[in-house]
Amino acid sequence: MARDICLLDGPFDPGAELTAFTAANPGAGGVVSFTGIVRDADTGGLQHMEIEHYPGMTEAALADIRARACARWPLSGALIVHRHGILRPGEVIMMVATAARHRADAFAAAEYLMDYLKSRAPFWKKEVTGNGAAWVSARDADEDALDRWDRPAQPA
Amino acid sequence: MTPEQDQTLDILYFAWVRERIGVAREQVTTSAATPRALVAELAARDDRYAAALADLGALRVAIDQTLSDLDASLAGAREVAIFPPMTGG
Repeated sequence: MARDICLLDGPFDPGAELTAFTAANPGAGGVVSFTGIVRDADTGGLQHMEIEHYPGMTEAALADIRARACARWPLSGALIVHRHGILRPGEVIMMVATAARHRADAFAAAEYLMDYLKSRAPFWKKEVTGNGAAWVSARDADEDALDRWDRPAQPA
Repeated sequence: MTPEQDQTLDILYFAWVRERIGVAREQVTTSAATPRALVAELAARDDRYAAALADLGALRVAIDQTLSDLDASLAGAREVAIFPPMTGG
């Protein structure tokens, strides 16, 4: 069994993760992945990003989000990797990958994982620029994105 | 345990809540029955707490590492975390 939840305090190689994940799910007809990358601050001049998390709760929240996705779609595998600590512009923050017999399930489950990661996993981002440091504000759109998953599932 | 009884809780703060208060965690003995009552009690301590905890709408709480409502029961709780909305992903 390949790893399914991974919390890291240093860089990782999303390509290697995806290769290992794909190899660990030989029955899947499709694998979907998303990789999040540190972008510049809205005001420009990002020097680095700091990601704080809640040790203990973070692991439990990621496992819970993953379990919910696995209960909702017929997945053969689901992977969540997330970093904390100091990240430079252009570095990979996190990735999710899902494997299923059919692509629609893999796409939907990957989006679900991302939507829940944004608003339900205890991570907080701080952007450090030449003008100082500022915590990234949560976006209402991220919270709203969760609502669509509460609607009754559409027939496949 | 009835809510009126004092209990000792580990309180954790994260992100700007932690920075404004100036500590990451502390032990508090309280009779607060809900996170809402606990936050009100902490906010009354001094200006730092008041500034960090003034806007309830900007705060989220977890009881024993599970995201919870401000009006959930603290009966039997051991750890309460107070933090801003999460910004992972």
